[in-house]
Amino acid sequence: MSDAVAATVEWTPEKRRAYFARERAGIDASTRLPVLTFFAASVFWLLVGTTLAIIASVKMHWPEFLESFSWLTFGRARSAHLDTMAYGWTAQVGLGVSLWLIARLARAPLRWPRLLVGAAGLWNAAVLAGAIGVLGGQMQSVEWLEFPPFVAPLLALAFVVIAMSALTTFGDRQEGHIYVSQWYLFGALFWFPWLYVVANVLILFQPVRGVLQASVNWWFAHNYLGLYLTPIGLASAYYLIPKVIGRPVYSYYLSIIGFWALAFFYNSAGIHHLIGGPMPAWLITYSIVASVMMLIPVGTVAINHHMTTVNHFRLVLYSPTLRFIVFGAMSYTAVSVQGALQSLRTVNEVSHFTHYTVAHAHLGVYAFFTMTMFGSLYYIVPRLTKWEWASARLIRLHFWMTAGGIMLYFLSLTWAGWYQGQMLNDANVPFMDIVKYTLPYLRTRSIAAVMLAVGHLVFAYLFVLNLLHRGEPRRDPTILGDVKEYRDMIGSEGAPQ
Amino acid sequence: MNHGPLIFLGVFFTFASSWLALVFTPYVQLQHLTAAKSGETASSYPRPIAGLALVGQRVYSRDGCMYCHTQQVRPEGFGADFERGWGPRRTVARDYIYDRPVMLGTMRTGPDLANIGVRQPSVEWHHLHLYNPRITSPGSIMPSYAFLYRKQKIVGQPSDDALELPEEYAIEPGYEIVPTEEARALVAYLLRQDRTYPLPEAEQ
Repeated sequence: MSDAVAATVEWTPEKRRAYFARERAGIDASTRLPVLTFFAASVFWLLVGTTLAIIASVKMHWPEFLESFSWLTFGRARSAHLDTMAYGWTAQVGLGVSLWLIARLARAPLRWPRLLVGAAGLWNAAVLAGAIGVLGGQMQSVEWLEFPPFVAPLLALAFVVIAMSALTTFGDRQEGHIYVSQWYLFGALFWFPWLYVVANVLILFQPVRGVLQASVNWWFAHNYLGLYLTPIGLASAYYLIPKVIGRPVYSYYLSIIGFWALAFFYNSAGIHHLIGGPMPAWLITYSIVASVMMLIPVGTVAINHHMTTVNHFRLVLYSPTLRFIVFGAMSYTAVSVQGALQSLRTVNEVSHFTHYTVAHAHLGVYAFFTMTMFGSLYYIVPRLTKWEWASARLIRLHFWMTAGGIMLYFLSLTWAGWYQGQMLNDANVPFMDIVKYTLPYLRTRSIAAVMLAVGHLVFAYLFVLNLLHRGEPRRDPTILGDVKEYRDMIGSEGAPQ
Repeated sequence: MNHGPLIFLGVFFTFASSWLALVFTPYVQLQHLTAAKSGETASSYPRPIAGLALVGQRVYSRDGCMYCHTQQVRPEGFGADFERGWGPRRTVARDYIYDRPVMLGTMRTGPDLANIGVRQPSVEWHHLHLYNPRITSPGSIMPSYAFLYRKQKIVGQPSDDALELPEEYAIEPGYEIVPTEEARALVAYLLRQDRTYPLPEAEQ
């Protein structure tokens, strides 16, 4: 409807609601195929990555487990776990969520949906080839870039096509206001290809000299989380928290400070992974300063989300979306404050080279990002499949298995890692005593991994049921409590989920 | 913040700032480092990795040894790398100019290997340890790299490089375990891990 025609219509609330519902239906129709393709593929890789995680975890306390298979040796299995989770699950679910959010926020249909499906095919073929390469003996020992070099151009090409579609859709926007989520998504889609291409060229294709490879490596690996996953996670939290609650974001100015401070400081934090290493001191100090300054964007985002949600916390008892996203948002604050402390030389002297760092990484990528993505999928998928989730009980099981699993994971490895670090720094403790000390915690980690696996299987099952329109047809969204009670709580402005 | 171009410029310049600080400036500082002579030594160090050790570097990278072992010695007073005997001096940027990829590592599930060639110079020890780490280091959780070894029937005399397995790890009589080319390459690479030479910026 053109503005001229719109001006002649007498807008009653009903007409207005019907108009926007029609517009949303058109936008969702354009995102349905590509976004569901990304989601389905990402759930597949989530299961693959989980299987590899369990294998790697068990091998750490039971080295004889599957020891005769060279392709599953610890170094390869753990790297294949990381890379399938990074590029198969997180990158891809993030792309699906980004494309959907961009079209919705632009109030414009997504550009080139069929080309996007092709790009998704290329992306997945590249991840598959990369995973086979890592397991089959073509691995590169470069953290977060273990895929054989030929994979990088394929992933980069697929990503550029996807980003072009997203940015063109952003350019089509009918909404004058650019919402905070759009800033973050714009940043993520622009930053990732630059990071990925520069890192691959300078480490694998035209390697820079010596330790420069390590600094480029950590500039990339840290920013993969900071400038790609984090903006997508925050964009969906900024979109979905107000949507579900039915209240606007608390402060526009806080969101501006949060965004630019993240863009500037997160960018430069990566070299704190090389504290104590053979690097120029100024470079490490620069990254430590940036890491500590991260308290500013994290604090502002935390205050903003908290003040938006305050007085509505009871909704997490009902809305699956809100429950997962609030868990994710709290974890974001926790992991970032922990990260800032961990970058201080005195803390890092102990925590570096230990399981403490592994726990920290999972608090970020899992407790924050992955949980936020689960919450987003609970909101987005029914709008694309036009089918509600089959079972509130299974959603609850999914939540408690994943939330419980990651807490157990984090606590056991953080504890083990801290004492491991203390003992490593005391030369009177024989090395093998440290290994023995960590064993019970490594076994606990395997239990946590199995809990997470159960959660993922439940989620995959719910996802497949939803795609196939199985289960009882429901008129109301699947929520975790009494629907009527819930509707009274959110009033007319909240989204029915 | 309703101007697309403004957001674009901000996103571009914040990113360019980190590229400048973390990628470009260190490049200017370190890209042209070369091997150097310290006072008392006759030749320049470090020396390029070559021959069998170069193949071994590939095996080390391919099987992910780096994910449990570092190759860096932290400065004295920062951690206990000295006290544990992992090296006589801290390692510096010049030590790594020939490494491709550089495998500093970020995890010490196992000990540091920056100077393992000096700390454990025995070829036989390394082969036994890689074949089954529990033989040389009871309690170790390191994976066995038995897939880098070959079991073969003894024809005539046992091979020179056959592993001398202790009784409890013995295999059936008439057979022996010998290292493959990859196992020998990996051990050559490990023995090559020696960063004890003095450098101008890191005297002992």
